[in-house]
Amino acid sequence: MSEQTRVTTLDKVVVRFSGDSGDGMQLTGTIFSNLSAILGNDISTFPDFPAEIRAPQGSLSGVSGYQVHLGSRKIFTPGDKADVLVAMNPAALKVNVKFLKPDSIVIIDTDSFQKSDLDKALFTTDDPFAELGLTTVQVVAAPISSMVKDGLAEFGLDNKSALRCKNMFALGLVCWLFERPMESAMHMLENKFSKKPTIAKANIKVLTDGYNYGHNIHARVSTYRIESRQSEPGFYTDINGNKATSYGLIAAAEKAGLKLFLGSYPITPATDILQELSARKELGVKGLQFEDEIAGICTAIGAGFAGALGATSTSGPGLALKSEAIGLAVISEIPLVIVDVQRGGPSTGLPTKSEQTDLMQALYGRNGESPAVVIAAATPTDCFDAAYWAAKLAVEHMTPVILLTDSYIANGSSAWRLPDLEKYPEIKPPYVDQYDGERPWKPYRRNPENLVRYWAVPGTPDYMHRIGGLEKDFDNSSISTDPINHQKMVETRQAKVDKIADYIPELEVIGDRDAELLIVGWGGTYGHLYEAMETMQENCRKVAFAHFKFISPLPRNTEEVLKRYKKVVVAEQNKGQFANYLRSKVSGFNPYKFNRVKGQPFVVSRLVEEFTKIMEE
Amino acid sequence: MEETVKYQPKDYKSDQYVRWCPGCGDHAVLNCIHKAMAQLGVAPKDIAVISGIGCSSRLPYYMNTYGFHTIHGRAAAIATGVKTARTDLNVWVMTGDGDCLAIGGNHFIHAVRRNVDLNIALFNNKIYGLTKGQYSPTTDRGFVSKSSPYGTVEEPFIPAELTMGARGTFFARTIDVDLKNTTEVMESAARHKGTSVVEVLVNCVIFNDGIHKQITDKEYRPERTILLRHGEKMLYGKDNNRGIVLDGLKLKAVTLGEGGYTLDDVLVHDAHAEDNTLHLMLGMMGGDMPVALGIVRDVAAPVYDEEVEKQIAQVQAVNPVRSLKELLMKGEVWEVK
Repeated sequence: MSEQTRVTTLDKVVVRFSGDSGDGMQLTGTIFSNLSAILGNDISTFPDFPAEIRAPQGSLSGVSGYQVHLGSRKIFTPGDKADVLVAMNPAALKVNVKFLKPDSIVIIDTDSFQKSDLDKALFTTDDPFAELGLTTVQVVAAPISSMVKDGLAEFGLDNKSALRCKNMFALGLVCWLFERPMESAMHMLENKFSKKPTIAKANIKVLTDGYNYGHNIHARVSTYRIESRQSEPGFYTDINGNKATSYGLIAAAEKAGLKLFLGSYPITPATDILQELSARKELGVKGLQFEDEIAGICTAIGAGFAGALGATSTSGPGLALKSEAIGLAVISEIPLVIVDVQRGGPSTGLPTKSEQTDLMQALYGRNGESPAVVIAAATPTDCFDAAYWAAKLAVEHMTPVILLTDSYIANGSSAWRLPDLEKYPEIKPPYVDQYDGERPWKPYRRNPENLVRYWAVPGTPDYMHRIGGLEKDFDNSSISTDPINHQKMVETRQAKVDKIADYIPELEVIGDRDAELLIVGWGGTYGHLYEAMETMQENCRKVAFAHFKFISPLPRNTEEVLKRYKKVVVAEQNKGQFANYLRSKVSGFNPYKFNRVKGQPFVVSRLVEEFTKIMEE
Repeated sequence: MEETVKYQPKDYKSDQYVRWCPGCGDHAVLNCIHKAMAQLGVAPKDIAVISGIGCSSRLPYYMNTYGFHTIHGRAAAIATGVKTARTDLNVWVMTGDGDCLAIGGNHFIHAVRRNVDLNIALFNNKIYGLTKGQYSPTTDRGFVSKSSPYGTVEEPFIPAELTMGARGTFFARTIDVDLKNTTEVMESAARHKGTSVVEVLVNCVIFNDGIHKQITDKEYRPERTILLRHGEKMLYGKDNNRGIVLDGLKLKAVTLGEGGYTLDDVLVHDAHAEDNTLHLMLGMMGGDMPVALGIVRDVAAPVYDEEVEKQIAQVQAVNPVRSLKELLMKGEVWEVK
């Protein structure tokens, strides 16, 4: 026990906390990622929880995980595989074995690795490590449950309440492993249990015990040091995608001088947006739950008609239900933001897992020629900017905008520098008083520059008007079934959306100007694709990366960028929807495709392997 | 200054040519709505008329107010959004039996349950007119229509029953040919705080001509309908000698002076009674009993859109945060210098 513990300095490391879905692993992971962020590490997290709220205790289906990737340089993904795994029971070990590196450190609670626990996880021998072929990992086996009970003997807690703290013992051990000071963790626990001071104290005691245990036994494992990273000065917070989306909508409403109205219906994994906005009463937000998905969007359309920033949040099945109403917003030209947090489909599919399979639905999933704006957020923190842009385009161009995020970025989090809202672009609603046409105003008379109609909000004197789902006359705005007029209106609505390309940023290319391969992605795969590019560059490969945030319309320079490179690969978590869409927009474009539809994020090493193969072809 | 302005029915009339069939009951109802609005004195700019799809849903085009002709069945939901976003507006829903009770049934019951301050005019002609003659959710069992060539095998909804079941706070019934009552109940519906449901029995001259004839024709009307007025005895009949009495737990139509019944036995209508048991029984009358017209139920209850605003005010009274920036700085933040 006297030998010095080995300290390794790494520039990034992946920690995965796992246990029963009732073991508090999400909280443990959140606290660890927050305190690491506060210490100046860059972070990216990925909660991976089962669809069941409480599966049978100790069973394989009930394992809940939370992965944190921290680094001294910019981190874009929660990492492929774990350097450290906390497995609170045998099921957690078994489920996560595929996420382990050969020399990982595995922390287990020996008290919950007894015969009955092993049975529940369907082990057939009494040596789970051997049975899983884990011969090279370093195991820290600690009787966590009994130490927690002993440590809390004086607190007078019942057995169940005491054992609820055992996740903090694991956290203490991990903090020791990474030489993390724990003050901020203690502070977070005090805040979390501010109304239950005894529980707060018990958690802090157990946390300290865990740390001291690691220190005292001088466990023969490597400890890690992750240096702080030089970040841009400012205030930071840890934020997940759903929260960032909610804040982006609030910021846009503030900038536009509009009231924010969210009509929604609970659906995994988008519910957090409804919950966040329903709590923001102090900001005057009307975030409201309605009877179904259709009512969610219809109330938002009503609010938009009435002069608010109307928004609705959902996931794939809900987007399908909202289709007809989106068409109404298209033809009546009412500003509306639809947030689709994509999940595995079709039908109920994989509600807690992530995919990019709603792209075609967002672009074309409506009756009639029904063009809408489609935007996709790239990272958890980018959800803020993407939501802001979605609202800006919806309001300024009087159109529905579909914002695609996904379960992975919605629940994943990273450190976010609080935005300088003053620097965000203006949002100017095209109110009817801006109409300066020579002829009298009519609801569908347009600004010739951007083809946007003017917003006559109810209550405005002298601008009473009727709009609706029936086709209207281009000129006098009354109902029209005239064939020539219909063609003209169809083309006008499309042209209005197409013209938005003049108001959005151009596509950026990162990486080598003379790259041999251009990696193309969109939405929530940004981090993995970026890391794949970085890794390939480290391997002296000439690669570049173009990531799309604006999908409909595409940035003006799309064709020019795509044709600049000899080889292009479009990587996405579907069967090639974006690749096919690009092919329909850029003639002669014939990219390589990389498609995975597993409900899980990309694996960087696999991307590197595939892309390298393409380069060598 | 605005209170002194007197509006005329024509101020609410748009310049659009009314496209309903000649003889359609909707024409009369439209005029009554124009009249009711003038009596209310709300400026046209402060009125929003929302509709779904169907013949009656064309109505917003004939109004010189803000209007939104939306999609099938969703008017109640869209109007809920309008009213909740803008409590200052006077919001109407124009809908039919198919639009409101079939495809839009869910939105209807939930709007009623929430008690959003909407005035819902439900044009009930017991048929789908715009799609040319299919049976609707209010069509009587056995009715032969284009989509029920051998008669329907389902029970109809009775809008009064559905409204009460959804805990409605206002229900009135009128008939298209009774301009006076229609105008009156529309005005009362607008004055009621919360969801008002006005069922208008309208005739579809093309696909269901005469469907309400047994009730609405002048010769039958006095004996087959009763106009309820709050605080007044429930009397009807050509000579006003018929009345509604309570017989055990049931309502009974009696003739005064027959069977020992006198005026004292006749019930007095209390539209404001919180308990809706009697309102439900009145709303369900038909067959041997006269069909109840007028305001069946009109009670005060918390109004959804007002409650939403109230809650915001309550939170703001104790929470000084007013901008996203303040909110963010109040959370878990750390500074990098």
